[in-house]
Amino acid sequence: MKHLQEYRDPVLARRLLAELRTTATAPWTIMEVCGGQTHTIVRQGIDRLLPAGMRMIHGPGCPVCVTPLETIDRALAIAARPDVILTSYGDMLRVPGTSGDLLSLKARGADVRVVYTPLDAVRTAAENPGREVVFLAVGFETTAPANAMAVLHAAATGVTNFSALVSQVLVPPAITALMDDPDAQVQAFLAAGHVCAVMGWTEYEPIARAYGVPVVVTGFEPLDLLEGVLMAVRQLEQGRAEVENQYARAVRRSGNTAAQDAIRRVFQVTDRTWRGIGPIPASGLALRPEFARHDAAVRFEVGDLVTRESPDCIAGDVLRGTRLPTDCSAYGRTCTPRTPLGAPMVSSEGTCAAFFNAGRTPEHR
Amino acid sequence: MTSSCPVPHPETERVLLGHGSGGQLMAELLTDVITPELGLTAPLEDAALIGLNQVFSTDSYVVTPRFFPGGDIGSLAVHGTVNDLAMRGARPLALSLAYIVEEGLPLSELRDITRSAAAAARAAGVPIVTGDTKVVGRGAADGLYVTTTGVGMRLRDARPSAAGAEPGDVVLVSGPVGLHGIAILSAREGLGFDADVSSDSRPLNDLVAAMIAAGGADVHALRDPTRGGLAGSLNEIAAASGVCVEVVESAVPVPVPVAAACDLLGLDPWHVANEGCLVAFVAPGSADAVVAAMRALPEGAGTAVVGEVVEGVAGRVLARTLVGSSRVVDVLVGEQLPRIC
Repeated sequence: MKHLQEYRDPVLARRLLAELRTTATAPWTIMEVCGGQTHTIVRQGIDRLLPAGMRMIHGPGCPVCVTPLETIDRALAIAARPDVILTSYGDMLRVPGTSGDLLSLKARGADVRVVYTPLDAVRTAAENPGREVVFLAVGFETTAPANAMAVLHAAATGVTNFSALVSQVLVPPAITALMDDPDAQVQAFLAAGHVCAVMGWTEYEPIARAYGVPVVVTGFEPLDLLEGVLMAVRQLEQGRAEVENQYARAVRRSGNTAAQDAIRRVFQVTDRTWRGIGPIPASGLALRPEFARHDAAVRFEVGDLVTRESPDCIAGDVLRGTRLPTDCSAYGRTCTPRTPLGAPMVSSEGTCAAFFNAGRTPEHR
Repeated sequence: MTSSCPVPHPETERVLLGHGSGGQLMAELLTDVITPELGLTAPLEDAALIGLNQVFSTDSYVVTPRFFPGGDIGSLAVHGTVNDLAMRGARPLALSLAYIVEEGLPLSELRDITRSAAAAARAAGVPIVTGDTKVVGRGAADGLYVTTTGVGMRLRDARPSAAGAEPGDVVLVSGPVGLHGIAILSAREGLGFDADVSSDSRPLNDLVAAMIAAGGADVHALRDPTRGGLAGSLNEIAAASGVCVEVVESAVPVPVPVAAACDLLGLDPWHVANEGCLVAFVAPGSADAVVAAMRALPEGAGTAVVGEVVEGVAGRVLARTLVGSSRVVDVLVGEQLPRIC
């Protein structure tokens, strides 16, 4: 915890900002990929202290935001069954589906429970052999190892009433899709430190080369982000496009190979639709066929789901970084954390909620 | 690519758990459903003033688990109501204690909790003079619910009100924030972390008496930041008083284990519940004397000056951030939901 104070030191923060101002000579545009980083940037107001013209674009790295509507609706349909206990991380519960969210369903009698780790869901299943326990397994490469371990644990201990509704997503294909977009404005990326703690950063080296974009593996504390931005700006100023590691205290180039092994044993790469963005090839993880008995999508026939999206919100543009939440006509009016129109207004990692909670307005961004 | 989102279906027909969180949902429940039926219009305070100087308050306690580091539901129920009276500058005169007990609760547990409530009342110098006990069938309640009601007498020169904050007021916090909420969370099973924190649950009536003795009517507003946390109390006072409040983030005392647990769970310590500290708005001329009086008592030893009432949008709370920028401090919507990562 001593470290935590160090990475929040106001004096060091001002020093980094001063160095950033002397280093940056152009209005660079940098995207932080991860919602946790967006949260720190907006909460601390770091983006407002950047040199004139320089922009942070907030990327699609909020797992709650990009989980497809079809998955949410499937979770709602499964949770409505009387034999089911549906478990999930807390901030999934308020994500709007086509006809409500999990919290409302809970108020109407469904057994919906918040867990802090998927192993708790396996334990709940072991304790309730007469019920079906379903875990809504979403997230990036960060949550994948723990979710994989839960499936392995359930399989090894014979907890057959545990299953996972999987909507895991992967970061590198999303970055590639963003850079392939003709409207792409991003000149450098801050990669998510915890994702790289699991996966390492070799996957980002071809991206940096192919698109000529610097990638800086960055942590989540205020000083981490300021240093990550500074490292990216230095590369841009010097005309370099490499992968650098700001988050050296947690990340090594090869990542956590044991965690990667667990992911590979349980999951296989699949195409995935990102809510608000659309389908991205090879951008998700699904359970391997040998774990079908623990796959909620296989175990529960919920009939044809008719998903319905409304044209009112610009979540896709926000997630791609082409528009700000404050550009949306619904922002702060019909769309608030109390009545979210889109998923980015739900989780505190969502860009819209981060903006709203920090009191950002169209006049005062 | 599509860029669309689903049609919202905000729950408007049933009570959600979040309606009890002390956040925005709860405020809506009160203003839309409860207070209009009762004909209440004034801003809601922690306790009501009856006549000139009598103060009246009631509160129910449903905490799980019933025993937690630093207290239990019995002592908490006494401290909570004593503190609600104190936030109006009142000395507690008498309490009632009412139980709703679920069939099957071990008698030894009921005895322990009652003993704890009695000890807490003695320590706060207030008698429990009446009460009630109801038993409901198994499954109709979760073990034990406790309600305490208290009457008190306002101290001489005491005028604190949520609507009393004025421009220039100094904002004080009497001690570390977030301890109670994190202690409760860590005592719940299956959380996967073991935070070394105890609830701050304790009576604040002596602290308030010392503050009033030092500052009198210059103690403009008091609030104990229970549900909704520090952010909730600051916003309530800013709204009720029609003032803008600026808080310096680095000045707010957040204990290291609380900060660590909040980081781990994706919670905001300013939204986490407290049961043994208060927020005070004091006229600048009396602030030094009030701070000194607070720091002379164990429950006020950690008193910190955290901000002031500034020129700005009425009802708004601003934080000066660690890196020198600023943000708006908002209230919770409903329950504080842990983030994924």
